[in-house]
Amino acid sequence: MLALADCNSFYASCERVFDPRLRDRPVVVLSNNDGCVVTWSAEAKALGIAVGVPFFQIRDLVKRHGVIVRSSNYTLYGDLSARVMAVLGRFTPHLEVYSIDEAFLDLSGMQTDRLVDYGRTIRHTVLRWTGIPVSIGIGPTKTLAKVANHLAKNAPAAEGVWSLADPRDQTAMLSRLDVQDIWGIGARLAVRLERAGIMTALDLRDASPSHVRRLVGVVGQRTALELGGLPCIGLEEAPPPAKSIVRSRSFGRPVERREELEEAVATHATRAAEKLRLHRRVAGMLSVFVATSRFKEAPYANLATVPLDPPTDDTARLIHAALAALRPIFRPGFKYQKAGVMLVGLEPRAGLTESLFVQYDRDRSERLMAAVDSVNRRLGPDTLRYAAAGFAHPWHMRREHASPHYTTRWDELPTARSG
Amino acid sequence: MAQNQVEILGRVPFDPSRPTLPLFIEGVAAGFPSPADDYIDRNLDLHEHLIEHPAATFFVRASGNSMVRAGIHDGDLLIVDRALEPRDGHVVIAAVHGELTVKRLRRSHGRLYLISDGNGFPPLAITEDMDLHVWGVCRYVIHGL
Repeated sequence: MLALADCNSFYASCERVFDPRLRDRPVVVLSNNDGCVVTWSAEAKALGIAVGVPFFQIRDLVKRHGVIVRSSNYTLYGDLSARVMAVLGRFTPHLEVYSIDEAFLDLSGMQTDRLVDYGRTIRHTVLRWTGIPVSIGIGPTKTLAKVANHLAKNAPAAEGVWSLADPRDQTAMLSRLDVQDIWGIGARLAVRLERAGIMTALDLRDASPSHVRRLVGVVGQRTALELGGLPCIGLEEAPPPAKSIVRSRSFGRPVERREELEEAVATHATRAAEKLRLHRRVAGMLSVFVATSRFKEAPYANLATVPLDPPTDDTARLIHAALAALRPIFRPGFKYQKAGVMLVGLEPRAGLTESLFVQYDRDRSERLMAAVDSVNRRLGPDTLRYAAAGFAHPWHMRREHASPHYTTRWDELPTARSG
Repeated sequence: MAQNQVEILGRVPFDPSRPTLPLFIEGVAAGFPSPADDYIDRNLDLHEHLIEHPAATFFVRASGNSMVRAGIHDGDLLIVDRALEPRDGHVVIAAVHGELTVKRLRRSHGRLYLISDGNGFPPLAITEDMDLHVWGVCRYVIHGL
């Protein structure tokens, strides 16, 4: 048996933990640069605000209903996510962290009639320990746990927990679920199924396997079997190591000057290098991409890649490569909206083979990077940095409604008043 | 004559990846191994001592001096554990009317109260319909001398 724990309106809930004024109020969280609504609380959803809508379109609504607006604070969300996952991990020997706000728990061996109570205990504990409300769906397969989670969130009687462990409960619920709402069935597959008269999850479960396979292939067939209670998608406790590292941001305002673009690219290369070292990897190739706004009359976007031989995790070398890659793709006269750095050809640092043809002082670089990382961890990000990454960063993204880094900066801790 | 005594408990490792601080620093000439190296039992980690539930523990800054008798001064750092069940006598962080406050929780004649240890603040009786919830239990206060 599996449970899917899914945080309710995760980003909005994170904002509420440290600011009790936000309780029961409509809250929206904006994307990078305060562009669009990325997530909302149930109260904001009830006002008719949709995810993805540009912020300027809801300004009136925000004013009229006192909607609380926050820029996304991924540092805070990441910290609270790690805490939620740590608490969930206490309830199962096998936990799959599926996304920043979702995880699957292996509950095999538990008595079926105890599962809902257990789910309530999990929900209660996560809420108490972290302040984050979660919904828990229980089922014999990942797909059924996902269906159960949907019910846990939306059925008023659920109070945040729903179990589809009993096959008798499954049939009734699946008959009310449209195929397009099934986890793993995208819009394209849903259309194909509906054309063939398969409208609900129950229809899909009970259709003949060969028919399903002809219609939507092996992936769709796997989903159909999972709906029938046969586990086909296993738990992945350790996700496969990332194949690439990407750092990119939209600019707070259009960038035209080469120097500013160079600073941005060098900053992204610095961040990507830090992540590379954190994962003890080296990169064999580096790409730089730049893009103007897609909505402008003459859009321009380009990408250039340079090899790194030998593969490296050294910030100085990565900045050097990034600036070299930027040179041929920079065109003057454009208003750039976005730039980024991508590292590919990642391999473990330990397995690094020395290139005979390139003289390179690897030991010295390793010690230098270890020292830089250690200083920046102790004294704050960017205490030591390469001048190529610049200082003022006037192109930095807009975060006009940002909440403090409550859990990761000493000078931004939440304050409690006595008296 | 009574004298303050200091007992050396052990040594804290220097590991920049963890926010630990050395309790004392030996005056050892660089390059010479300490003759005590073989006698060290284990290293001390202040986190391990102060934090029982890492996932549920948050640092909160106190403001104001109304909890001085509880040892909490303006600007002190509070170590708050949300995993603990709040009980009579606990110093707690309570969200009252949308604001985080630090108070002592008291039970008396079947009712719960939030009280300040300083003078001039009447106890606040907790009722069902109030916009109030206990946010966490203060386990330690860190106060610079």
